[in-house]
Amino acid sequence: MLSVENLVVTVRHGPEIVRGVSFAIEPGEILGLVGESGSGKSMTSLALMGLLPPTLSVTGGSVTLDGADITHLQPHERVRQKNGKVAMIFQEPMTSLNPVLRIGEQIAEAIRVHDPGTPPEPRARELLDMVRIPDAAHQLDAYPHQLSGGMRQRVMIAIALACRPQVLIADEPTTALDVTVQLQVLGLIRDLCDRLHMGVLFITHDLGVVAQLSDRVAVMYAGKLVETADVGPLFRAPLHPYTQGLMDCLPDPTSDAVDMATIRGSAPRPGDIPDGCPFAPRCDRATATCRTGPVPWVQGPDGQTAACHFPLNTKVSA
Amino acid sequence: MSGDTILNIRDLKKTFHVRSDGKTHEVHAVNGISLSVQRGETLGIVGESGCGKSTLARVLLGLSSADGGSVTLNGEDLLSRSRRHMARTRLKIRMVFQDPYASLNPRRSVGDSVAETGDIHRIFPTRAERTKQVGDALDQVGLGAKFANSYPHELSGGQRQRVGIARAILPVPDLVIADEPVSALDVSIQAQVLNLLADLKSRLGLTLMFISHDLGVVAKISDRVAVIYMGEVAEIGPARALFTDPRHPYTELLISAIPRPDPSHRITGAVEVSEPPSRLQKLTGCPFRSRCPRATDICATTSPEVREVAPERFVACHHA
Repeated sequence: MLSVENLVVTVRHGPEIVRGVSFAIEPGEILGLVGESGSGKSMTSLALMGLLPPTLSVTGGSVTLDGADITHLQPHERVRQKNGKVAMIFQEPMTSLNPVLRIGEQIAEAIRVHDPGTPPEPRARELLDMVRIPDAAHQLDAYPHQLSGGMRQRVMIAIALACRPQVLIADEPTTALDVTVQLQVLGLIRDLCDRLHMGVLFITHDLGVVAQLSDRVAVMYAGKLVETADVGPLFRAPLHPYTQGLMDCLPDPTSDAVDMATIRGSAPRPGDIPDGCPFAPRCDRATATCRTGPVPWVQGPDGQTAACHFPLNTKVSA
Repeated sequence: MSGDTILNIRDLKKTFHVRSDGKTHEVHAVNGISLSVQRGETLGIVGESGCGKSTLARVLLGLSSADGGSVTLNGEDLLSRSRRHMARTRLKIRMVFQDPYASLNPRRSVGDSVAETGDIHRIFPTRAERTKQVGDALDQVGLGAKFANSYPHELSGGQRQRVGIARAILPVPDLVIADEPVSALDVSIQAQVLNLLADLKSRLGLTLMFISHDLGVVAKISDRVAVIYMGEVAEIGPARALFTDPRHPYTELLISAIPRPDPSHRITGAVEVSEPPSRLQKLTGCPFRSRCPRATDICATTSPEVREVAPERFVACHHA
């Protein structure tokens, strides 16, 4: 339904931040987009929304929703569009909500803009019920500071749902929350995705969250996807050494090992990305082959695909 | 507790007065915490946001006053210290902050930032000695003396946090308090910094208090872990035992909520998890009882004392 083809995002007079990313999201599916800071995952999502900062622009590729090209639509053109809507929620709900407006008013505003035919007040109450905020009628009168972090993120989701989106983009929505509250919000997103048959692009750096929530996973490194797979095969038998490296870095308090596994060095900055495989300088499997030229996509036994000359967990020989 | 106790906290209290809805409420941020830290150990402090773990660190550093209780470092009282006295204890307790972007002065070179505490306390007899010690500290954290002339904007997040650690070990203190030192870092870098802390601890004989909301990370790096809930100790125990066999229902809840990188335990729909009560509310009995599956009548009336339920395992629960 949402299809991203070879998306390129470039800094004006500067380097490419997103360097040819392709993926698709089906209705009712959660795609987890994993990457470390600077990998380009947030800029990919802002490009899908048409919300790139003024110094960045989409310089290649396309974003289509149900076949309609929305790559270069301006925000006001997106609002007028009747079908094919994409909504987004962000990491810190407090910075996205207006502190001096009651939340009922903020939800109603979104309804008036995006869903003009619907009476705002009953719809706002319905949206709060949908995101499982107890005592909705009373909570509509609350100000953001009177709500807990988890409740604020629910309000953000309610506002996002006001436009009846086909795709919801969630950029690290639970990173600022405590683990118990995170679990609730993740459950809510799963529930809404299933009930509303909505596609979800869930951006995170947390492999644990990805494992519990996603149907499929795309791993991003230095502006490119390096691996995509269904969640089961990805965690059982990842192909890309970077994916494996990320998993090895997770602290396991039950293991006896004193030292934790690491990935040596750090990710390259945009504009400083080496030729060949961008991960080669940090990779134990890298040879001279990896350092020049294009990297082939290989397929694993369970449908995993990865951009690697020497993938793990597969019999493909180099 | 036996052994060489370096830091001893007894019944520490810190109350804030918060105005809300026209009334003044008392928030007991730290509500009678007792803890001790042994020389050379890493004590992990874990709890959700607002539980008082950062207030505890601020009181220990003298950045915030205490309202009751006592704290001794090497047997010396920390709470009644005079200004001059306090300056000296600042050499002995040092802090590593969460955000390596915000905690370094962008206009000072890395070397000057690392030397700052030593400069204030005039510990460097000569310029050459200062350069040497700063270089040594940067070597210890795996950066190398060549970084002394760099500026923070030239460094990556992981490198900046290494500078933050170098600042905390020159001169080598009695106790390092690290408040969420890896929360702002990517996982691959997080592991590097955790390894560095473990390595420094054994090489320099550091004693570490490691504060975090992430029980997985805390349990991995710590010898013992204290779980804090609503300003009170819920459970203290050896890290591995606490993680694999939690005795307090709150510890159990925290562990069960950690998202494991294992797709066989996927979330299939809405999850009901109770949220903590407002900190403005006055509580009686056990602070966890509103969320506790084991709560009974006694939990509503009597606040549970921390007691030893098994060797080395201390729990504040009537039903543990």
